[in-house]
Amino acid sequence: MSCGDKESDANVYEPIPYNLEVPELFQQKLIAPLIPANNKLTIEGVALGKKLFFDKLLSSDNSVSCATCHNPQESFSDNTVLSTGVNGLIGTRHSMPLFNLAWNFDEKFFWDGHKFSLEQQALEPIIQANEMGNSSWEIVENRLQNHPEYPKLFKQAFKTSTITKTLVTQAIAQFERTLISGNSKFDRYSLGQETLTPQELDGLDVFMNEERGDCFHCHGNPNNPLWTDNKFHNNGLDATFTDLGLGAFTGDPNDNGKFKSPSLRNLEYTAPYMHDGRFATLDDVINHYSEGIQNSPTIDALIKKVNQGGVQLPTQDKANLKAFLLTLSDPNFVNNPQFENQ
Amino acid sequence: MRKILALIIATSLFISCGEDQDDNISSNANISFKLSHSFNDTAVTAENFTDLDLTNANGEVLNIERFRYLISRIELINSSGLAYKLKDYKFTDLAEIDSYNFNGDISIPSGNYTLKLIWGFNEEDNIDGAYQDLNTASWNWPTPLGGGYHFLQFDGKYNINTTPTAFNYHNGTARISDGVFEQNFVTIELANPIFVTNNTSIELKLDIAELFKNPNTWDLNVLDTPLMPNYSAQKMMQENIESVFNIGEISN
Repeated sequence: MSCGDKESDANVYEPIPYNLEVPELFQQKLIAPLIPANNKLTIEGVALGKKLFFDKLLSSDNSVSCATCHNPQESFSDNTVLSTGVNGLIGTRHSMPLFNLAWNFDEKFFWDGHKFSLEQQALEPIIQANEMGNSSWEIVENRLQNHPEYPKLFKQAFKTSTITKTLVTQAIAQFERTLISGNSKFDRYSLGQETLTPQELDGLDVFMNEERGDCFHCHGNPNNPLWTDNKFHNNGLDATFTDLGLGAFTGDPNDNGKFKSPSLRNLEYTAPYMHDGRFATLDDVINHYSEGIQNSPTIDALIKKVNQGGVQLPTQDKANLKAFLLTLSDPNFVNNPQFENQ
Repeated sequence: MRKILALIIATSLFISCGEDQDDNISSNANISFKLSHSFNDTAVTAENFTDLDLTNANGEVLNIERFRYLISRIELINSSGLAYKLKDYKFTDLAEIDSYNFNGDISIPSGNYTLKLIWGFNEEDNIDGAYQDLNTASWNWPTPLGGGYHFLQFDGKYNINTTPTAFNYHNGTARISDGVFEQNFVTIELANPIFVTNNTSIELKLDIAELFKNPNTWDLNVLDTPLMPNYSAQKMMQENIESVFNIGEISN
């Protein structure tokens, strides 16, 4: 009996650890990415997660995959205001871009932070009626279990061919943690490999200067190349709320109207903007902070000159700020064949 | 000669901070710290800080939205003047109760001590971008203002019962003029004797109300935001910060 066990053990495929390539600048500036001890990256796990991410089999009518709303060419967001799920049903919020997720140390995901950990986050869209539309996870587990390839792939990645929702989301989370963007013009400038134009440099000053744009308190800085604080703020979109955001999750009225700061990295590819996709262009976003601020009881104290409608940037400052923001684009990330469906 | 010998001993002990102490020390104590916060007599905690209506020395009623701060070179000084550095630096976020407690990095001999710390970073330590955990917390101070790190980020609204208005009481290096900066840290020495034995817990109390008084009564109607590039505001903060800390409960 024990000999049989040993033989069986000897035949179990051992997945190969995946070497996450952390950009040089991140190694210099940031603490190490967060990889859960119970879901370490493996080559097989990441590959399986990628296959699942692009597979429409995860939806109830085989019409949408994760990538439908998280398109690599759009920095894993999509260009519609609100994403369309199965049966043409429309979601309630704009699709969030996906990158550098292993540096979200609070591990609060979604615009309102209502899921803790990437694995937990991935559980939800599968059974949301207006996303992938399955009536239960069991149906999806069975569908994958009866697939000609997946049981073998799970066996290679997790040493078991029994497919569970836990393993499905672990695989997807593994793939998502490999989505690292760290090669923008500004990254290379920070490493001394490239120069910025005078306009871009002045735009950086608008971004960093408390008397001009003061964007940096919520959106990172040259020493924090994530370009987000991963925290929740009311940034003055509305005087009254139709979507309570974080407040709907916590039940605390002080949190009403608060949503997670998105990263400004790759915003060239992630229009439209805000949790509800209300701004079609980057100019619209800059105009909002400059003149469009709406006051409300929970508006963040970091939002300046609320009684004037915003920071009142001169036209040239707006142009320079935009020029700086576009240096955060990472075309190598959105065109990386490693992240495309193959 | 005795003075020189004492100086050599003191120097060697100071240099060795952060490492294990002399084997000859028979009774070493582990030190833990607990930070607590108040606004005058009102306890301010992670659970209640966004719900409190507080009145500062100038009479403005205010709310706290965010309160994060940095202290460094936390040392215990024994009766001979020898310094034991227990922590290089400590970043605390009022919203994160887990950040209130920390342990000293070394154990020290039992005995009587006083506490010394630096508010923010001194010039030697305030190195732009040098601390990965602080960068990750977006704690940086803009390069045009001297770079390095924030010492304090205190955001909220005042005049909340009439015309709620934002304030951003942010403290860091003071800019005199373009490219000319003045360090703005504060060395704080608390005279209260602390008897340390075995496992000692030291409560370090921060009274937020002191930021608005003593010696400078702060008028938020005049000084609300922006304050980071305001040299005189930064120096007034530096003066007011001197009295924010007190020693609380010591338990052995």
